[in-house]
Amino acid sequence: MFTFTLRRLFFAIPTLLVISFVIFALLDLAPNDPTGDLPLTIPPEVREQIRASLGLDQPFFFRYLAWLRQFFINEPLNIIESLTGWQFGDGERMRVLSWATRSPVVDLIVQRLPQTLWVVGLAYLFGILIAIPIGVISAYKQYSIFDQIGTFISMVGYSVPTFFTGVLLVVIFSSHLQWFPSVYDTNLRVTDFSSFIAQVKQMVLPVAVLSLYNASQIARFVRASMLDNLHQDYVRTARAKGVKEKAVLLVHVLRNSLIPVVTVIALGVPTIFSGAIITEQIFRVNGLGQLLITAVQGADIPLVQTLTFIFAVLIVLFNLIADVLYGILDPRIRYD
Amino acid sequence: MHRLKLLLAGTVAAMALSSATAHAERGTDGDLKILFWQAVSTMNPFLSGGTKEVFASSMVIEPLARTDENGKLVAYLATEIPTLENGGLAKDLLSLTWKLKPDVKWSDGSPFTAEDVIFTWKYCTAPDGGCAQKAQYEGVKDVEAIDPHTVKVTFTEPKPYPYSAFVGSQSPIIQAKQFADCVGAKAPGCTAANFGPIGTGAFVVADFKPNDVITFKANPNYRDPAKPAFASVTLKGGGDAASAARAVLETGEYDYAWNTMVEPEVLQTMLAAGKGRLESAFGTNVERINLNWTNPDPALGDKRSTTEAGPHPALKDPAVRRALSLAIDRDIIVEAGYGAAGKATCNIVPAPEAVASTKNDSWCLKQDLEAANKLLDDAGWVKGSDGIRAKEGVKLNFLYSTSTNSVRQATQELVKSMWAEIGVGAELRNASASVFFGGDPASPDTFQKFYADVEMYTNNFDGTDPEKYLAEWLCNQMPGPSNGWQGQNIPRYCNPEYDKMVGVLSKTADPEKRAELAKQLNDMLTEEGAHIPLVHRGDLSAFAVSLEGVRMNSWDSQLWNVADWYRKK
Repeated sequence: MFTFTLRRLFFAIPTLLVISFVIFALLDLAPNDPTGDLPLTIPPEVREQIRASLGLDQPFFFRYLAWLRQFFINEPLNIIESLTGWQFGDGERMRVLSWATRSPVVDLIVQRLPQTLWVVGLAYLFGILIAIPIGVISAYKQYSIFDQIGTFISMVGYSVPTFFTGVLLVVIFSSHLQWFPSVYDTNLRVTDFSSFIAQVKQMVLPVAVLSLYNASQIARFVRASMLDNLHQDYVRTARAKGVKEKAVLLVHVLRNSLIPVVTVIALGVPTIFSGAIITEQIFRVNGLGQLLITAVQGADIPLVQTLTFIFAVLIVLFNLIADVLYGILDPRIRYD
Repeated sequence: MHRLKLLLAGTVAAMALSSATAHAERGTDGDLKILFWQAVSTMNPFLSGGTKEVFASSMVIEPLARTDENGKLVAYLATEIPTLENGGLAKDLLSLTWKLKPDVKWSDGSPFTAEDVIFTWKYCTAPDGGCAQKAQYEGVKDVEAIDPHTVKVTFTEPKPYPYSAFVGSQSPIIQAKQFADCVGAKAPGCTAANFGPIGTGAFVVADFKPNDVITFKANPNYRDPAKPAFASVTLKGGGDAASAARAVLETGEYDYAWNTMVEPEVLQTMLAAGKGRLESAFGTNVERINLNWTNPDPALGDKRSTTEAGPHPALKDPAVRRALSLAIDRDIIVEAGYGAAGKATCNIVPAPEAVASTKNDSWCLKQDLEAANKLLDDAGWVKGSDGIRAKEGVKLNFLYSTSTNSVRQATQELVKSMWAEIGVGAELRNASASVFFGGDPASPDTFQKFYADVEMYTNNFDGTDPEKYLAEWLCNQMPGPSNGWQGQNIPRYCNPEYDKMVGVLSKTADPEKRAELAKQLNDMLTEEGAHIPLVHRGDLSAFAVSLEGVRMNSWDSQLWNVADWYRKK
C-alpha cells in the first residue's frame, strides 16, 4: 500500500505539470482581455501601457516559465518564511500577482478559504448526514410511501438548479418573511452569543440550498448501493442464522454498502474548495467560487490559472485518497 | 411610471426642505451600508480605471475640483476654479494656476501641500506604471509649486478646456509620502498603500477585503468638523444588479445600491415594498447603433471593414442610413429596457444642456415608417418575395452585433422587428462584454474590428467638454491593421469638412462658440448617419428612504458628496 501511494504521488508530478501547461495555454488562447471591462473613455494607447505593465507584452513561454517560478519556488519560500521567520535571500521576490487587485493571489485565496469551507463544507457534511439515513430507509422499505417521497425529493433536489432554489429561498425567507439576511456579512466575527446567532442566521439559506443538492446526490447513491447488497446471499445467511434484523441492516448491509459511497464522497471533497460558484454569487458569500468567477469575467489570468491549478492538485490528491480508502475498507482489494 | 416620477419629485422636495435644517455632528448616524454588485478590486483608481474602483476611492481621495450634479465645476481642495476672469488661466491658454486650501490635512494628520499634487502627476505619468488615468494628464508639460499652496500646470500647447488633470474622481490627489516608493514598475507591489490610500476625503479605509467588502471610518482630520454624519461605511460587493436592488428596495438591508440597471417592471414591483427609492442622473452615455461605412464582407479576408475594402455596398446609400433611423421607435426601446434611466435621443453629445443640440429632433425622434419606406422606394430598393429589399443584387440584410446583456438583446429584437416593417432584415449576434470591448487584435468579435454591418453599444465622454470625444470621428482615427485596430472612429466615417471643424474647435476658447461648434459637429454625425443614436442613458441607483443628502451625479462619482449624506431622524 505504501509503495503504491508513493508511486502514485510520483506519477502525479508530470500529470500536474501537463495540467498547468494546458490551463495556461487555454487561458492564453481565450479571447479575453484584462482591460475589456474598463470604461471606453480610457484611450487605446493607455490600455496598451496597462497591458505592458501586466507583462502581457512578453512571449507566451516566458510568461509560463515566470508563473511556474513564482508558483513553485517563490510562493512556497514565502510561506516558509512567514511560518518560521527565516529569511531566504533578501525576501524580495516576485509573487503571483492578481491583475485586478494587483495583490498576491495566495493572500486572496487565504482570505476566501474560511467562508467557503464553512458554508460549502458544512453543506457537504449536512448533505451526507441527511443522505445516509434517507438512502438506507428508502432501500430497506423499497416502494413504500417513504421511499416514493424520498426518491421524489432527491430527484427534484438533484434536477432543480441552485440558482433557482437560491433565489426562491431569498424571495420567501428574506423578502417576505424577513427571517434571514440575503447578503452574507464576511466581516462578522463570532465573539458572543448574539453574533453567533447572526452567523448562524446568515449561513442558513446558502447551507440549506447546497445541502439539499448534496443530499439528493448522495442519497441516490446510498439507496442504490443498499439495494445491491440487500439481495446478496450473505444477507440471507445472516437472517437464517437468526441475527436480529437491526444488526443485519446496520452492521452487515450498511457497512458493505458504504464502500462505493465513501469513494463518491471522497471524490466530491475537491468541489468544496472550488466553492459553489452560483450559490456564493446569489448570497454574496464571496468565497473561492466567487473569486474564481470574478477573475474569469475580468480576465484576471494569474488568479484563474492559480486557482484552477490548485483545484487540479486537489482532484489528483483526492483521487489517490479515494483509491487508498477503498483498499482499507475492502479487504478484497490489494494494490501490491 | 407616473408613480415613480411622483416619488422622485417627492424626494426632491423632501431633500430641498431637509437641506435647510442644520446638520448633526460628525459620526452620529451610525453605519452607512452600500452595495456594489461589481465588487471593488483596489482602492487605487490609477491602477484600475474601472468605475467601481473610481467611485469607491472617491470617498477617500479627492481631486482639486469636481463637477456637481448640474455639470458645474466646484472647488474641492482648491479655493476656487481658475478661469480667464480671475487670472487663474493664462491669457495664452498655456498655463493654469490652482490655489490650494491652506488648512487641509491628510487623514494621518500631515498637511496637504503642492508637493502632493506634483507627485500625483509624476506618479501617473511615470513610464512602466501602466496608470489607467494617464489620459487625464495629456498635454501637461510641467506641474510646479509656486509656493506650498499654489500649483502651476503648464501645457505643451494652448488648452481651451484645461480642467482635466486634477479634476474629477478619475484624477484625485494621492499622498506623496505614502506612495514615494511606489512609482513606475514598483506601483503594483505597494499592496498596503493601494488598498488603503491616505486621503483628504470624509472617510478612511479601516479594512479592505479585495473583491469583497470595504470598511471605512469617518476621517478624524476631515476639514469640516461637523461632517461626515456617518461614523462608518460598509461597502459590500458581489452578486448581480437585480438582487442588489432587492437588498435596498425590498429587504431594506442596505442603504444604497449602485447601478441598479434592471428591467423597469421588475423594479416597479420592488418599489412597492416602500423601503427605498430610485434616483437617476443623466450624463453623456448614449446607446447607439454604429453603421459600418466600409465593407465587412468575409470574402475580403484581412481587408474587410477597412477603407481598402471600399464602401459598404448598402450603407453607402444615404437614403438607407436615414431610413434605418426613421424606422426605429426609440420610446418603445426606452420603455422596455431603460424606464426612468433612459430618454430617447438623436444626439451623440446629449449633455450638458449647453452643448445638446435639438436640431434633428423634429425628424428623428419620432418613428416614421411611411417616410422610411418612401425613402427606400425612391432610392430604388425594391422588396423581393421574402419581404427584404434589394437593389442591383445587394440585399438590405444586416449582421447586427452587440455585447451580451439582457437589455441589449431585447433591444436587438425590437429593432429587428421595426426594420422588418421597412423591408430590412437583420441577423442578430452578441459577444461577451470582455471579448467585445476587450480590444484583442487577434479576436474577430471586438467592436473595433466591426466585422458586422451594424453594431450597438454605449459610449460617453469624461467631464463636460466634448472636444476630445468629437475628435474620435476624424478620418485618421479609423481602426485598422496598421494601428493594431486601435482607432476610435468605429463607423469609419470620414468627412474632411468634419475634420476641419474639429480643428477649429480645438483652437476656440470662448465657451459659447465652443458649444455652437460642438452642436454642429454632433448634428453632422446624426444627419450623415455615422451612427443612429438611440437612448440617452442615465445612471440609476437605489436608495433607502431614510437616507438623505444624496445628490445623484453623473458627471463625477455618485459618492462625490458622501460627506453630506445623513440619516433622516
